[in-house]
Amino acid sequence: MNHWLIAPIVIPLLGGIVQTFMGYAPISLRRTLALATTVLIVVSSLILLSLANDGSYRIYAFGNWQPPFGIVLVLDRLSALMLVMTSVLAVFAHLFSLGGADEGNRQFHTLFLFQLMGLNIAFLTGDLFNLFVAFEVLLIASYGLLMHGGGTLRTVPGLHYVVLNLVGSAIFLIAVGMIYSVTGTLNMADLAVKIPQVTGESLNLVQAGAMMLLVVFALKAALLPLCFWLPKAYARATAPVAALFAVMTKVGVYAIIRVYVLIFGENAGDLANLGMDWLFPLALITLAMGVIGALGASSLKTLIAWQVIISVGTLLAAVALGTEKGLSAALFYLLSTTWTVAGLFLVAELISNQRGSAGDRIITAPKMRHRTLLSVLFMLGAVAAAGLPPLSGFFGKVLILKSVEPGPHMAWLWAVLLMGSFLSLIAYSRAGSIVFWRTVDGHLEKTEPLKGTVSVSAGALIALTVVIVLLAGPLNEYTDATAAQLFDTAAYTDILQTPMIGEDD
Amino acid sequence: MELIFALVIGSLTASGVYLLLRARTFPVVMGLTLLSYGVNLFLFASGRLSTGQQPIIGSTDLYADPLPQALVLTAIVIGFAMTAFVVVLSLRNLADNEDDHVDGCPPEQPADSTQEQEETGK
Repeated sequence: MNHWLIAPIVIPLLGGIVQTFMGYAPISLRRTLALATTVLIVVSSLILLSLANDGSYRIYAFGNWQPPFGIVLVLDRLSALMLVMTSVLAVFAHLFSLGGADEGNRQFHTLFLFQLMGLNIAFLTGDLFNLFVAFEVLLIASYGLLMHGGGTLRTVPGLHYVVLNLVGSAIFLIAVGMIYSVTGTLNMADLAVKIPQVTGESLNLVQAGAMMLLVVFALKAALLPLCFWLPKAYARATAPVAALFAVMTKVGVYAIIRVYVLIFGENAGDLANLGMDWLFPLALITLAMGVIGALGASSLKTLIAWQVIISVGTLLAAVALGTEKGLSAALFYLLSTTWTVAGLFLVAELISNQRGSAGDRIITAPKMRHRTLLSVLFMLGAVAAAGLPPLSGFFGKVLILKSVEPGPHMAWLWAVLLMGSFLSLIAYSRAGSIVFWRTVDGHLEKTEPLKGTVSVSAGALIALTVVIVLLAGPLNEYTDATAAQLFDTAAYTDILQTPMIGEDD
Repeated sequence: MELIFALVIGSLTASGVYLLLRARTFPVVMGLTLLSYGVNLFLFASGRLSTGQQPIIGSTDLYADPLPQALVLTAIVIGFAMTAFVVVLSLRNLADNEDDHVDGCPPEQPADSTQEQEETGK
C-alpha cells in the first residue's frame, strides 16, 4: 500500500470540487487556484515517476480490500510515464487557457480538472471495470470541454462525438460482461492469470469480448474505420482543449498496450497475441489515411488534427509488432508526438489570432503580426511532427524503424512510415509557405495582441521537443525498462499476493 | 427464463441499433436509451440467472453473484447522466441549426437535382 498513488486523482478531484462552488468568485482567484491544482498534479506525477523508476509495482487497494476482490490502483513505469506526459501537457494547456480561453463559461476549470482526474484514473487503475468508469469520467468532462466557447460551430461535431462515445461505452460494457461471465473477475492481474486457463466453448466468449474491447479502444484511439469523428471535433475545439485532447487518443493507445500485452499477450494460451494481426495493417492504413487528410486540409487546425491520426497510426503499428523494442520505440514516440501536436494546436491558435478574418485557413492573407516568432514556432513544431532531424520526432521514428525485424512487416512499415513522413512534410511546407510567405497587401482587421502567457505556454510545449532530444539517452533507457517491465507479466500478477495493511500482524 | 431473457436483450439491442442508424436526433437518443437497457440486462445476466438465492458463497449450493449487480448500478447511473446530456445536446443542435438532422442539415436532396434538370430543360 502506498498512499501517494491516489494523489494524482485526489488533487484534481478536490480542486475541481472547489472550482464548482467558486463559479462566481473573481476570475483571478479561480485562475490562480486552478493553475495551482494543475501544478500540484505535475509535482505528484513526478514523485510517482521517481517511485516507479525502481521497476517494482506499487498498489493502492481501496478500502484495504485484497485484490482481486477490491479495486486496486497499480503504479508501474508505464503508468508513471503517462501521468507525467499528461500533467506536463496539462499545465501548459491550462496556462494557455488563462489568456482568455477560459472565459465565457464559469465551469471551464472544473471541467478541465475533472478531465485530468479521469485521465489519471485511467492510467493508474488495475481493474477493467474501473477503466470503464475512468473513461466515462474523462469523457463526460470532455463533452463539456469540447462544447466550450461560444457559437454554433461545435454543436454538430460535439453531437457526433457524444453519440459515438456512448455507443463505445455500450460495447465496452458488453465486452466486460462477456469476459466476466467466463472468468468471474475483472482485475487485470487476476485476468492475466485466468485467461490462459480458459478452454472449450468459453474460449469463444472471451475471444469475442476481447475483440470488442479492441473495437472500443480503437474508437478512443481513432484507428481507421473509427477515426472520422476526430478531425472536425478537434479542429473546432478551443485551442487549450484541443491541446489537452491530444492525450485523449493516447488513452486508447495506453489501454491497448496495457490490456493486450498483459492479459492477451504471449502467455495467454490459446488467445496469445489476440488482435495484433488486425492491428498492424489497420494502423498502417490509418497512417496513410492521416497523411491523405493532412495533404487535403484547408486549415491549420484540421491539418494538425490529421497529424493526431498519423501519430496514432505510427504508434499502433509499432505496438502491434509485439516486441519489446517496438514497444519501447512506440513509448518514446508517444511522448514526443503528444507534446508536439499539443504545441502545434496552441501555435495554430496564436497564428489564427494574428491573421484577422483569414483565421487559420490556409489561404493568402495580409501579412500577419509577429510573423517571425510564430513562423519559427510553427516550423519547429512541423519539423518535430514530420520527423526531420534534429528534433524529437526524428528520433522517435528512427527508433520505430530500427525496432522491426526483417521480413514482410519491415517492408510495409518502412514503406508506409517513410512515404507518410515525406508526404506530411509536403503538407506542412505547403501550409507554412502559404500562411507565412504568400502575403498580399492590405491591412488586418480584428487582430488580438499577443499575450505573454499564451506565447510562453505554446513556445514551451514546442521547446519540449528539444528537451526530449537533450534527454534522449535517459528517456530511451526508461522506455526500454518500461517495455521490459510490461512484457514480464509474471511480475504484474504478483500484485495479487501483496499483503494488506494489518495482515502481517 | 433464459430464453425470454435472451430474447428481451436481443430485441432491445436490435431496436436500439436500428434507431441509432436513423438520421434524426430523436430516434438516435431513443436508440441509445434502448441500447443501454439491453446492455444493462446483459451485464446483469453475466452473473448467471438465479432466483431467490443468497449473495454469499457457501451458504447455499447456488448463489447470486452480487458483483454484476454493482456493475449494473454503476452503468445505469452513468448511462442516465449521459442520456440527459445527449438530450440537451440534441436540443442545442435543433436550436442552432433549426433542424434535427444529426449533421445539422439534411444532405443534398434528390429533389434539388430534379429541379436543376427542370431548369436546364426550360
